[in-house]
Amino acid sequence: MRIHLTGVFVDDQRKALRFYTETLGFQVKHDIPLGEHAWITVVSAEAPDGTELLLEPAAHPAVGPYRAALVEDGIPCASFAVDDVEAEYERLVARGVRFVQPPTDLGTVVTAVFDDTCGNLIQIQEEKAQP
Amino acid sequence: MGVATLAVDVQARACITSSLGPQTDPRHVDIYRAIADPTRRAILDELVDRSGQSLFELCGRLTMKHGINSSRQAISQHLGVLEAVGLIRTRREGRSKLHWFEGAPLKAIRERWPVSTDGDTSYSTDEGIEE
Repeated sequence: MRIHLTGVFVDDQRKALRFYTETLGFQVKHDIPLGEHAWITVVSAEAPDGTELLLEPAAHPAVGPYRAALVEDGIPCASFAVDDVEAEYERLVARGVRFVQPPTDLGTVVTAVFDDTCGNLIQIQEEKAQP
Repeated sequence: MGVATLAVDVQARACITSSLGPQTDPRHVDIYRAIADPTRRAILDELVDRSGQSLFELCGRLTMKHGINSSRQAISQHLGVLEAVGLIRTRREGRSKLHWFEGAPLKAIRERWPVSTDGDTSYSTDEGIEE
């Protein structure tokens, strides 16, 4: 068994697609119209055949309270791996991304958390080399 | 059935409260009891290290840097105790609730037991005391 798809709920799929591709740098894998919404997934440019991230409409009534509670406590809904959190932080801040947690060294990992502008907090994480 | 449910709820709350030690109901706590708990001191240390943290960030720091594996709910209760005595304050930033250290209440301790500005100033710290 493998994880081939996971998703985040987004307020506006088109806005989300722009943020996840133009700002974060992911690539569009699927963009299939489905009536009012679309089936949109993105993948990492470093792993185009890897896990897809579904940008799922936040229309379901349960999504609002669920996300509000997570964001209130600062809990990210997804975590992406990067080689260098500090460099990624600088790159994204330069593109106007708002971080709620700057790079933080937690011993075995360095993490940071930003606002994806579509209703979610996202964590980036760097595994530190073990001495 | 309503009464039974209430009883279970009260019992559950009592369990949570007792897990934090005796008399930690925020309504009855004073500053001395607030800082008597090592987890609460670690929370203050981390908020001094960086102001304006979410519950998520604090829990991550407590786990990774202090080996404190309390639940988010337990940490949230500790924050309630510290907030009740004025040692932390909270503010909403965007949709997130962030926490700040507030040192002003500690003045009461210094005023009660004034610290001389000359002479011996070698005080014990947490490092020297095993609890």
